[in-house]
Formats: sequence, C-alpha cells, structure tokens
Amino acid sequence: MLSVSHLSKTFPGVRALSDVDFTARAGEVHALVGENGAGKSTLIKVLTGVYRPDAGELTYDGEPVRFGTPLQAQQAGISTIYQEVNLVPLMSVARNLFLGREPLGRLGLIDFRRMHREADEALRGLGIRVDVRRPLRELGVGAQQMVALARAVAVDARVVIMDEPTSSLEPREVKTLFGVIRMLRERGVAVVYVSHRMDELYEICDTVTVLRDGRVVHTGPLAELDRLRLVAMMLGREIGEVREEGMTKFTGSHDTEAEPVLRAEGLTVSHRLRDVSLEVRPGEVVGLGGLLGSGRSETAKAIAGALPTDAGRVVVAGVPVRAGSTAAAIRAGISLLPEDRKAEGIVPGLSVRENIALAALPALSRFGLVDDTRIDAIVETFMKRLRIKAAGPHQKVGELSGGNQQKVLLARWLALHPKVLLLDEPTRGIDVGAKAEVQALIDELADDGLAVLLISSDTEELIEGSDRVVVLKDGAVVRELTGDAVTEDALMRAIAAVPAGGSDD
Amino acid sequence: MTTQTEEAGMPADTASPKDDDPGRTNRSERLSALAQQHGALVTLVIAMAVASLSFDTFLTGDNLENMALSSAFLAVVALGMTFVIITGGIDLSVGSLFALGGVLAAWGSQYGTVVALLLPLAVCGLIGLVNGVLIAHVRLAPFIVTLAAMLGARGILLAITDEGSKTYLVDKDSFFATLGQGSLLGIGVPVWITVALFVLGAVVLRGTRFGQYVYAVGGNEDAGALMGAPVARTKISVYTLSGLCAGLAGALNAAWLVSGVTILGSGMELEAISAVVIGGTLLSGGFGFISGSLVGVLLLKVIQNVINQIGSLDSAYQQVVSGAFLAVVVVAQTWLGRRRRVL
Repeated sequence: MLSVSHLSKTFPGVRALSDVDFTARAGEVHALVGENGAGKSTLIKVLTGVYRPDAGELTYDGEPVRFGTPLQAQQAGISTIYQEVNLVPLMSVARNLFLGREPLGRLGLIDFRRMHREADEALRGLGIRVDVRRPLRELGVGAQQMVALARAVAVDARVVIMDEPTSSLEPREVKTLFGVIRMLRERGVAVVYVSHRMDELYEICDTVTVLRDGRVVHTGPLAELDRLRLVAMMLGREIGEVREEGMTKFTGSHDTEAEPVLRAEGLTVSHRLRDVSLEVRPGEVVGLGGLLGSGRSETAKAIAGALPTDAGRVVVAGVPVRAGSTAAAIRAGISLLPEDRKAEGIVPGLSVRENIALAALPALSRFGLVDDTRIDAIVETFMKRLRIKAAGPHQKVGELSGGNQQKVLLARWLALHPKVLLLDEPTRGIDVGAKAEVQALIDELADDGLAVLLISSDTEELIEGSDRVVVLKDGAVVRELTGDAVTEDALMRAIAAVPAGGSDD
Repeated sequence: MTTQTEEAGMPADTASPKDDDPGRTNRSERLSALAQQHGALVTLVIAMAVASLSFDTFLTGDNLENMALSSAFLAVVALGMTFVIITGGIDLSVGSLFALGGVLAAWGSQYGTVVALLLPLAVCGLIGLVNGVLIAHVRLAPFIVTLAAMLGARGILLAITDEGSKTYLVDKDSFFATLGQGSLLGIGVPVWITVALFVLGAVVLRGTRFGQYVYAVGGNEDAGALMGAPVARTKISVYTLSGLCAGLAGALNAAWLVSGVTILGSGMELEAISAVVIGGTLLSGGFGFISGSLVGVLLLKVIQNVINQIGSLDSAYQQVVSGAFLAVVVVAQTWLGRRRRVL
C-alpha cells in the first residue's frame, strides 16, 4: 500500500536515515521499533509529508508519490495519530472530530445537529461516551487520544500510522484501541504501529521492522522472532556474546556494605511509573536499565523532584524529601545531570567559571554579594579534578567540546556537595575519548563515597559501570541484577521477559 | 441596540443548559465559564441601571442615540478585531485604516456613493491582505507587521491631505451622506448597518467552516495544521477582514461627519482591543465570541458617557477609568481561565 525504498535523509551533522526500505501492506499491522535516534520518527515524518527525503522513492498504491505537506498526505488517505494529542483543546469534541469536513446544511452553514449526532455515534462505536458538545480539554488524556483515533479512522484512511498511541491510555482504553486496530486490519487498512511495549507488539502486530542508527536491521513476520532476538536487535547486541572487562573505563565494584543513602519507595506517576522502588548506597553505582520509554528518565526526574509524583516517597540519609520540589531535593543532596544538556543544563553564553558557580551561588554569597575568591577556589579545584580542558575559567562554555561541557555541568552539581548523583545519559553525544574520561570520573566519584544512579542506553556502559542494575519495563521495576548477574544477557532477558500470566507467541 | 441577536459564538458549547452528565461536570468550572461569557453583559446592565438612576439625562432618547451612534463605528472595527484576536493575533493598524478609510471615502464621494464605499474598502482591505501575507507566509510577528501598517497608513493619509491641511467634504444631500446621517424607525443608519454586520459576523464565526478554522488556528496552530486546516489562508483572511472592517467604519464615520477628518482614529486600535477583551475573548486566542465584543464596545461607551455626565470630573479621568476597568477585566479573565484550566 505504502512503501519506501532506498530512503535517505540527512540533517546537518546527522545521517538520520540511510538506504531504508519499508513497506506497509493493506490489512497488515506493521510494527516499527528501534531505540532513541534509530530514525523511527524521521521515517514517520517522511511517510506523512512533514519531511521530504533526500534520496529514495515513496510509493503509494503502486504509484510513485511525493507529499509536500501533511495535508497532501492526509488527503491521499494517510492518517497519523501522534504520541501527544494533536487536537484543539478549547474546541468541542465534535468540532475537533469534524474540523475541515463538517456536514453542511442549507446556505453552506454547518449542520450542528447532524454533526453532534454523527460525532456521538462515531465515539460510541469506539466505546466512549462523552458529551460531544463539551470542550475537548475537559476529557482525560486517554479519551482525547480516542477522539484523535476516531478522527483518523473517520476520514476513510487507507494507511493509519500510530506513534506510541498507548503511552497515555488506561488498560481498558488499550483494549478498545486494539479492537479498532483489528477492525482496521479487516477493512484492509495498512496500520503502522510504533511502540516500545513488547507485550503490545506481540499482541497486535503481524510484521516488524527494526531500525537502528538510521538503518533497517531486520524486517519480517513478528511471530518468527522471539522477544530476546528482537531486544538484541534493537540494542545492537548479540546474545551470549562474551564481553571482556576493560572495554570501558569502569573498574570493578565498589563497597556495598553501607546503609543506603538514597531510598525511593513506591514512586508512581500516572501512565509513566508504577510503584518504582530502589536503593543506592554510598560508593555504589546503580544502573537503570530498560528500553526507551520504560521510565528511566522519569524515575530520575521523580527522585530529583522534577516530576510530580502521585504516590511514593524519597528518603535521603534517613530524612524524607518533600516531593515535587527540585529545591528541596537539592537541599537534601540530590543532584540530577539531565539528559538534554543543551536544553536543561549549560548556559552556553556564560563562562566556565559562571556555569560552575551557578547552582552554588546562594551558598557562596553573603548579603547578596558574591564572594569571588571562594568561587575562584572552587572553580579551580573542579577544573583540575574533573580535568576540564578549557583555555581558562573565563572561556565561554559554548566553545567547549561536548565532553567538557558535560564535565562543567558535573562540576556545577559537585560544587553543591551532593550525596546522590543522578546521571541521565552522561556520555551521549560526546566523543570516544571524552566518554572514557567521564566514565572514569563516575568511577572516581563513587569511590569517594557518592551514591550514583546511572542511566544509559549504551548497554555496555551500563553493565560495566554499575554494581547493580535495576531493570525497568513499562514504568515498573521488573528485575534487579546484582553481582555476577550483571551481564548484557541477563539485562536483555529481563527486558524481553513475558509478564506473569501473559502468553508467549 | 440589542446585544442578544445571536447565540454566543464560542467554539465549545460550554453553557448548553440541557447538559446532564454530572460525572465530568464541575459546577464551579461551569460558573466560571458563564461568568467569562456573560460577565461583560451583566456589568453593562448594572452600569446602565446605575447611570439611569443617577442621571436623569442618561436614559433620554438623545443620549442613547448618541451613544449608539458613537458605538457603531468602534463596534465595526472591533468586529474585525475579534476574528484576528481569536486566531491569536493582533491588529494595530485599524486606527490608521479607520482614518484613511474616512478620508478616502470623503474624497471618493464626489464620484458617487459606490466609489465612496469601494475605494476605502479596496485600499484598507489590500493593506490588511498585505498584513496577513506577511504574518502567514513570511511568519513575522503580527504586532510588528501591523505596527508598520499603522505608521504606513498614517503616512499615506498625510500625503493625500497635504500633511492634514486639506479636508475633503461630503455633499450633505448625497445618498452617501444618508448612510451616516439618515435614520430608519428612529434609529440611525450606521447603527442598523452595525447590527447587520454583527449578525453576519456571528453566523460566519459560528456557523461556517471558516469560523471553525479561525478557532482552530488560535487554539492550537500546529494541531490545526496537522488536521488539515488551511492555517495561512485563515490568517490572511482575518487580517483582510479586519482591514475591510476598519475601512468601512471610517467611511461610515465620514458619512456621518460629512467630512474626512484626518486626526481621527489614533488610539482606536487599543480601544477596539480593549472592547474585544472586555467582551470575553481571550487575547491568547482560541476562545471568544462576537456578541461579547459588541457588549465590550457599549460598556466602554457607557463609562465614557457617565464620566461626561459627571460634569465635575475631568474628562481625562475617563481614560483612567477605562484603563482600570480593562485591567480588572483581564485579571478576572485570567483568574476565571485558570479555574477552567484554559490558560
């Protein structure tokens, strides 16, 4: 129905897709999987007309096509349901459902009576009962997603692309969604289904295409592929492959006898985390494993007070931390090095010195005046200790390499003398040499008695850097690997495991 | 002048009374919605009641007709502005276009009524169209684009009037003059035209596909685009519409004054914006209704009138009161909006 061949797309500095072949067939549910940066969203955006490919062909219904805008793709019969609801919250449910194709009555005016009736019928058919005249924003996120689904289905789509449609749905709504997908399949619609949830993929999908680093690594019937193989392909690892110590700069394990300094108990955030508990002892590096979207970053953010929790508590050195406040978390000694250091961390226009001193300023000033000599001392210590390569403390951070920017950020948080350090992808996007240095640094910091929680998509880094690995899946802890069990094999098995009560394919 | 000639043209029929699902309904939210929708109307009724009790001269035919007439021109400008603001934009050029439209109409009236009406509409509509194209396609900020148009239109105005020294007059006996001066059933023609335009505007905003696009663009532009709404075309349309409204209002005003007065219209854009906001339309876009803007205009004019009636109060205070009132309304709207989780 819809296929691409030899597709390539390059963004400045990044080759997002190279030589990708992908075919969505009528009456088939096609899973599209891959980790962060694998190229899934780029592929979807090419399919829906948001991006134009640099090279390669798009074929629709046997004819070569080129979509200039999302509107053209839609008119051709390609509907997309985005992960975040893309509707107009202030408009009523019915108006959202019918925008641009309202039933018209006399004089070209909208026939509201008919529109409301048809909207009501369409939603009832999906098992949702709402007053279609109410504004969309009064609905829950799940119900809003169902309205988006109803809209996508109602336009007589021949291809429906769903980008993580279940991320905000309740289990009951997921059932409804799957019912609709099956109905679409019977009608001969081609469905492209993007999700990280193994159970869902195996329940609903017929075919799978695995993307990694912008390339197709596998495509074929899903039933022929067991979960472990699928996970291994997504992560780019071989099963049973023996890895020797020393591939990364991490050294052995740390002292794990002490009392935990960080205790997170039953952290719950609706749709994102379910009852996540973990402990980190001083001098210990605990890894958080799992696929993209499994709740790793959310766990770190919840601990650092950056994500409001519905339930659960965080205890540092025996003292409970007030929930939902980053300031309280920082005072308690929790520092989070965020995933996106450009957006959430460094201030590129400021100097190395200013960036390091930023968070510690309140402690370094008296009567509102900043104590320059103390700042100089701290900046010097950390630049030396973290081996920050800069022309001097006054160089702008924006001019430094990624690895050194990361070290500046690390210095900023270390200047606060934290007890717990949460590192979200600390080595992403920095070159190999700097990566090894940051890894060695993490090791040193743990040796100095810091409790470290490490998140990394690099399985190798995670396995070798961590003393223990807590494996997350769909927002819940599924296993904890300790001691000799901290291996890639065990990690992948934990991620791929079928939940109790579920059936394997 | 009636204010309830049409249904509240809002995107979500929040106030539909026959709603009976208590599950999702939050009573205080509902009340907030009602207050946001009809707050201006209630205030207007109270203000008029107080004014008529306080001053014998308020509820007289002459005074009411004066108010209605002076409201009419601002109301037509506010009508176009309502569309612009619902898309999340702003149009600062309308004051200048109002004056320009008046002068062009007065000059054109020597060639007949058709020219007197079409010339200002064509010129002001074109300037609005250019505004819209720059905003929608070049993606410039509405504030800057329409500010430039405001200065530019003022410049054109000065050029065609020899720096304001030349005043074009309208023949008092022409048909064009009756559009401003005539009356029907004791009510001035401009008032009739205004009412007709508001009914039409409400039908367009509420009952047509274009109206839905206006709300969608203001409510969530990206989502609107993904749902296939013609975002650029909608934006261009509303700025063109706003230009047309300002030009027409200027022309009617010139017919009323039987001359094209160059110094008119300065500050009118802000008055129009105030009226729209007081009428319950959200400055952030996506929510609003036509009838509210009419109420907002009337409310501003009643306040002005009352202050004029209090002879002892310096008319400068008129602006202080209008300003304070606007501030109160915006605070109330923000508060109500937060309660309704709109903002």
